[in-house]
Amino acid sequence: MGASQTRTEDVFQELSDKTGFSLEQIRILHKRFRQLSGEEDTISKENLEKIQALDKNPIRNQIIEAFFDKRNQNDGEVGSSREIGFQQFVKVMCHFKPPTLKMTTEDKEAMRREKLRFLFNMHDTDNDGTITLDEYRKVVEELLSKSGAIGLEAAKAIADAAMLEVASINVPHMEPHEFYEGITFEHFEQILKGLEMESRMNIRFLDVDTSTMHCGKSQ
Amino acid sequence: SSGVFSGLVLSYLWSRRFYIIYIYNKYWWSLHRTGFHLIPRLSSIVPESCLLITVGLLVGGLIKLAGEKVPPVLDSKLFFLCLLPPIILDAGYFLPIRPFMENLGTILMFAVVGTLWNAFFVGGLLYAVCQMQSAPSDLLNLELLPCLLFGSVVSAVDPVAVLAVFEEIHINELLHILVFGESLLNDAVTVVLYHLFDEYSSVGTVTVVDAVLGVLCFLVVAVGGVLVGAIYGILAAFTSRFTSHTRVIEPLFVFVYSYMAYLSAEMFHLSGIMALIACGAVMRPYVEANISHKSHTTIKYFLKMWSSVSETLIFIFLGVATVDGDHSWNWTFVTVTVILCLVARIIGVVGLTFIINKFRIVKLTTKDQFIIAYGGLRGAIAFSLGYLLDNDRYPMRRMFLTAIITVVFFTVFVQGMTIKPLVELLAVKKKQEAKRSINEEIHTQFLDHLLTGIEDICGHYGHHHWKDKLNRFNKKYIKKCLIAGERSREPQLIAFYHKMEMKQAIELVESGGGVKLPPSVPSTVSMQNIQPKKPPPVERALPQIPKGREDEIRKILRGNLQKTRQRLRSYNRHTLVADPFEDGWSDLLLKKSKMIELEKKITEMNNYLTVPAAPPDSPTITRARLSSGGRETDLKAAESPVLTPCPPPDPQTYQMKQMSDSVPTIQVDLASPQSPDSLSLLDELQRADQRRELRRRPPPDEEEGGLMMRPPQARGGDQGEEGGPSAKEQRLQRCLSDPGPSAEDDEDEPFLS
Repeated sequence: MGASQTRTEDVFQELSDKTGFSLEQIRILHKRFRQLSGEEDTISKENLEKIQALDKNPIRNQIIEAFFDKRNQNDGEVGSSREIGFQQFVKVMCHFKPPTLKMTTEDKEAMRREKLRFLFNMHDTDNDGTITLDEYRKVVEELLSKSGAIGLEAAKAIADAAMLEVASINVPHMEPHEFYEGITFEHFEQILKGLEMESRMNIRFLDVDTSTMHCGKSQ
Repeated sequence: SSGVFSGLVLSYLWSRRFYIIYIYNKYWWSLHRTGFHLIPRLSSIVPESCLLITVGLLVGGLIKLAGEKVPPVLDSKLFFLCLLPPIILDAGYFLPIRPFMENLGTILMFAVVGTLWNAFFVGGLLYAVCQMQSAPSDLLNLELLPCLLFGSVVSAVDPVAVLAVFEEIHINELLHILVFGESLLNDAVTVVLYHLFDEYSSVGTVTVVDAVLGVLCFLVVAVGGVLVGAIYGILAAFTSRFTSHTRVIEPLFVFVYSYMAYLSAEMFHLSGIMALIACGAVMRPYVEANISHKSHTTIKYFLKMWSSVSETLIFIFLGVATVDGDHSWNWTFVTVTVILCLVARIIGVVGLTFIINKFRIVKLTTKDQFIIAYGGLRGAIAFSLGYLLDNDRYPMRRMFLTAIITVVFFTVFVQGMTIKPLVELLAVKKKQEAKRSINEEIHTQFLDHLLTGIEDICGHYGHHHWKDKLNRFNKKYIKKCLIAGERSREPQLIAFYHKMEMKQAIELVESGGGVKLPPSVPSTVSMQNIQPKKPPPVERALPQIPKGREDEIRKILRGNLQKTRQRLRSYNRHTLVADPFEDGWSDLLLKKSKMIELEKKITEMNNYLTVPAAPPDSPTITRARLSSGGRETDLKAAESPVLTPCPPPDPQTYQMKQMSDSVPTIQVDLASPQSPDSLSLLDELQRADQRRELRRRPPPDEEEGGLMMRPPQARGGDQGEEGGPSAKEQRLQRCLSDPGPSAEDDEDEPFLS
């Protein structure tokens, strides 16, 4: 018991050094991981689908899929895992860390690129390196799916207009017969330059364990 | 008689006021011109507020020289009732809600705790310094409470000054909203402190109970102000739901409700500024969904105009009041005040940021802190509050006023002028000038949902969770009450898309209806570049419509559009009120876009242009209907005789709405065959098909064909002929309108095979 505990502590320490989370944050994440997995060592998609709060989320499936996407592990592999362990879980959570005060501009740029890459992977479902019009249409449809029955028409029109905009910004002069294949990662970066992902795509990771302090269920 | 007397005095003052304004007008332009002529770079170095104060000084000086008595122009009543509200309403109505809410904690910390700190620090230390003076000084008589009162007056960051200076330096959104938000929200603190110290200085002592009551008072003032504003905002939103028949007075509701919110709050000694901000911010999303485009423009321009005028007047009057004012200069007091204000601000910002950064996700850097501290400008509000002080209770009032004016001048001139080069020097991030694009909007929404989802997976109720809950509540209940009609159910993304579409469409029409490129679409990319190519149909003899025809077709389309517009343009106020153009605008856009799309579709859908047989109960072919499933475009025959078939898609036009892939309907109404256009176009279609026909089989006898229902074959002779009315066309006309004796035989056969 004692030996395995120190082993877990070592693992945590190693993870903390690798990912930049503090030890306390890792412990809290681990606790949540165990809660989600039902005290197992791995979680599967069904575990995540059981979370009630996610039901109202229109892009629920994409979010869950992102956890199992091998591309987000930065191992060079592609495809989708069936189950992930705690390390992979933390690796995905890493994408949502805020920038620290000590980061240089280059660090911030790298962080921005990493976050944009995560978003790109979420959109590029067939992993061909571009977001085609169909994939983009699907994204917009999913976004509008929980908002009522305005219809696929609007989603299609919006996706088309968005695609047109990407094309106009990145490849302004196309002949009528040319075909814009899809949004590459560079184009994606270009159009979302104004949003400053490194300041936006963050969540607060708890430093103090408040899971015992909730008055209601937060599962 | 006292009533008459005060009436006379008031009208004298009032007339004098116009005299001042007259003088200002007369000299302003010449000063402006000469000044700017002599020193062309003046405006880039000196912020406009400084310039205006200088002008005020000059005007005041001129009046004094002229021997006239300068009326109390910066009279507190005029200031608080007339000059301040437009600026605050403008700020509140156009407040960027998202960054404001995201940084609300930080803003409140700075506004409340920061101002308290400033007030006590300045007031307390000033008292200490005064006590340290040697015996003959007047300052020894100054007690603690008046000092604290003075501290609270002089320590509030002024929204007018901040707006005036920050507008020109274009720093990034975060810093702008932090300083600006602080300047707006510290009004509650200032009001409470001011009244508290005012009351207590007559009593002389303060107990702990009084302090607690003070805190309670603050909460009531702040929350009460916001509530009053929010209630009026909701009322305004609710009213705007029913104004669809009285569009001209929509802007009036916005202004009246806001001003009433301000007055109500001031009446109950609540924070009027916070009420005004709350009113503007609450009503805006709902009002904008309800009112017409023109009303929106009106509101925008009126607010900008009023706030501009107010701001100008405030600074000028500040200058005039300086010259005229009753001053009592005391070196110690004034210099110590200025120094203490600066020091207090710096310590306050640094200390608070240290605490705030523990709770912020994106921390504030040292550079940010410096800008926040340096941007803490004082302005006319401080002066007016000082002016309101009772002369009897505060014998040092004149000294206070002098000190306040010095601080204001110092901050506006020194800090105002140097902040721009400092921003450049420190390479502070500037405002992103890029226009809002549909991609950014999609991804902002996407991010919101993504972050909420991740928070849910992590298991704690964070910022995004509550925001999401609020949005859902808003959508489910509030929007249904406050927004009229269908738009209450419109998701935000679609609303944004429609807004952009409208903007582009307006630009398109204004730039000549698609002939020129609208400036916002500088590229030649169009829908066909991004649509995946359909596999080419087996038979691909695409009939090309010659260029002349294409122009004619386009002219007809544009003519239709213009005809509709002309019909609706009217200068009668009553028809203006029920402006169908406004409400039918989106329908018009829809029609236009559909028309353009249909043009495109027809070229590609040539193969599908088989026409079902005329229904058996209508033997005549007066109306030829080419229909191929799907949607209907209902164009009345009288107005728009025909829908053209295909010019090749124009790569220059911005294709707005993409049609569904189902083949669209075209109704070709030949009820008015008199219009040569309609026939010549139908002519084209037939000719196109006919050419195809001809390749397959030889043309039958012309005479026979003329009376039959196969006009394409009848026209075998004239292949390439540009149509003008000819015997053949007339025959076609006849054929179409007059069934002819042999019509029955061919009833069942398709009109165009």
